[in-house]
Amino acid sequence: MSSENKQILTTDGIPLEVSLKKAEKKNKVKAFLLVAPLLLFIIITYVFPIGDMLMRSVDDKMVTEMLPKTYKSMETWDGEELPPEEVFEAFYFDFQKLIEEEREGKLSTQLNYTKNGFKSIIKKLRRKSKSFEEGNYKEQIMAVHKRWADVEYWRAIKQRAPAYTYQKYLKGMDMFENEKGEIVNVPEDRRVHRILWLRTLEIAFFVTVFCFLMAYPIAHLLATLPMKYSNLLMICVLLPFWTSLLVRTASWMILLQQQGIVNDFFVMIGLVTDDNRIEMMFNKTGSYVAMTQILLPFMVLPLYSVMKTISPSLMRAGKSLGGTPFIAFWKVYFPLTIPGIGAGCLLVFILAIGYYITPALVGGASGTLISNQIAFHMKSTLDWSFASAMGLMLLTGVLAIYWLYNKLVGIDNIKLG
Amino acid sequence: MALPKYTETHYRIWHYIYLTICAAVFFFLMAPLFVIFPLSFNAEEFLVFSDGMKRLDPDAFSLRWYQDMIYGTKNPWGLAAKNSFIIAIFATIGSVLLGTVAALGLSSRHMPYKGLIMAVLISPMIVPLIISGVAIFFFMAKAGLAATHTGIVLAHIILGTPFVVITVTATLSGFDHSVTRAAASLGSNPVNTFTKITLPLILPGVISGGLFAFVTSFDEVVVVLFLAGLENTTIPIQMWTGLREQLSPTILAVATCLIVLSTLILVTAELLRRRSERLRGINQ
Repeated sequence: MSSENKQILTTDGIPLEVSLKKAEKKNKVKAFLLVAPLLLFIIITYVFPIGDMLMRSVDDKMVTEMLPKTYKSMETWDGEELPPEEVFEAFYFDFQKLIEEEREGKLSTQLNYTKNGFKSIIKKLRRKSKSFEEGNYKEQIMAVHKRWADVEYWRAIKQRAPAYTYQKYLKGMDMFENEKGEIVNVPEDRRVHRILWLRTLEIAFFVTVFCFLMAYPIAHLLATLPMKYSNLLMICVLLPFWTSLLVRTASWMILLQQQGIVNDFFVMIGLVTDDNRIEMMFNKTGSYVAMTQILLPFMVLPLYSVMKTISPSLMRAGKSLGGTPFIAFWKVYFPLTIPGIGAGCLLVFILAIGYYITPALVGGASGTLISNQIAFHMKSTLDWSFASAMGLMLLTGVLAIYWLYNKLVGIDNIKLG
Repeated sequence: MALPKYTETHYRIWHYIYLTICAAVFFFLMAPLFVIFPLSFNAEEFLVFSDGMKRLDPDAFSLRWYQDMIYGTKNPWGLAAKNSFIIAIFATIGSVLLGTVAALGLSSRHMPYKGLIMAVLISPMIVPLIISGVAIFFFMAKAGLAATHTGIVLAHIILGTPFVVITVTATLSGFDHSVTRAAASLGSNPVNTFTKITLPLILPGVISGGLFAFVTSFDEVVVVLFLAGLENTTIPIQMWTGLREQLSPTILAVATCLIVLSTLILVTAELLRRRSERLRGINQ
């Protein structure tokens, strides 16, 4: 019975197992080499830059490098009372160096992020410091402006000592670290970001609900109609899907404006009087209506592809077993469509949560979302590290939903049209 | 959807309510597109239907906004259209090449870490555009490619490849691999097998992925807003600025042209999809 232990050999004398493994490995390498160019491209141009965003959002070396002597002398300062003379002296020399390099403007911008009011006093210090005499810098600096004699401003400078910071993330949630190192909320009247986050979630949630309510009946109709009719109706879903986002937003701007067609119609049927036209644009209503219409196809298509696979005989069986059409629908048909509902809702929610263009155009001040805030900091205030921090907070949320989507539906099951 | 004769009255009523709801939703989907069309032929400067238009008076309609779009002296649409087409064409070529090759590898059953790699490759489609915009801007600024056509083309390749990867992998999932083995056993080299056997069979998927990539690039505004300088303006950027400043009828003329273009793309994509389904039907 020794033949059982004998290895099977291929024609060239290598054991089959080894030869097979070799071939498998070769195939693996081949497959990987095909994917490699795109993978490398995406990693270099996309994944690394997102990592770069992370670095930028916590990076705080700039101030640390601008005031090296100051921070060294501040190590022993407890922050209770005004710092001693040596800190002022160190700050003076650091500041003179910055003026030579013409970087004091950058310092004032950076310190102003931490505490408002630095901009003007740094400008003033720059002017006055030219005529400073040697020695007793504490008195001279404090004489420039009363804020220089305020311990809070010195604490604010000390706060920027570490090379890394999570301040930007706190700021994104309307919190900050006070001079004692406690994390506290900003005063109620200055909270902007929390409102934006909540509004983003609210709009994304309701847009998803509206999309679902509208998409379910028409997806059902498309899936149950005979092919020749459903193909025609499918165009009504696909044409908006393929049409430029800006074109669709533009048409909503025309429709929703105060002298627009929707208002004309309301006046015609007597819903509102002519001088009382409803404001539907530049507020939340505008965002809701336009975003629902724009994202609707993303809900219809996954629902349709799931409903298409449900055999109509199941509903007939349900009815013939004594269920009313409603019970048959609720107990048989609806549960079978849940994968489609999950896919559609998550897709629409993910897209809505990061929406930028439509809210910016029709949302006005009360309809803007977190994306608009990110764009604002990228383009207007140029606080890129704060924009990065908020972007990453948004990204974390989206990735959590993406992960859920993958668990429920599987990434490979995404279908387009 | 004819109801059987024995349907009770209240189900009959419910059925008609259901059909009415469906009609309303289809109206909601399509109506905005149809508003643009007539208003772009408005002879007046206002974005409402004039009394003349309501009476179908021929004098109330004109082509002046189309003239303005093409010949208007300070209108940037010519440059924008040229840039948009150049960028979209190169971005499509890049996306299709990289995406198709990657999809071939991903469809192989030998591919290691398939799920993880797929997730990375598709991520530009899932990550909100504003974040992609910020990240890509940081990269392009460092690489010195901000405000260049090359930079925008590369950015659009990033955004376009997921669509190609998805459509081509979907096509390959119904692909009968014995035909390539047959070709190989008959002495064909891999390159020949690909161009003569595989490519013709997956071509519908490749082209429809390409169409997605083209539309993505042609319609993309968020990332371009970060990257583009004055020289790189595109149609979406011009529309964006136009819509922010003042909604002029010229924009509606451009929008009408874009709707016509998207109709053409839709028809092509639908024909391809049906052809691909037919081909896959034969394979099974």
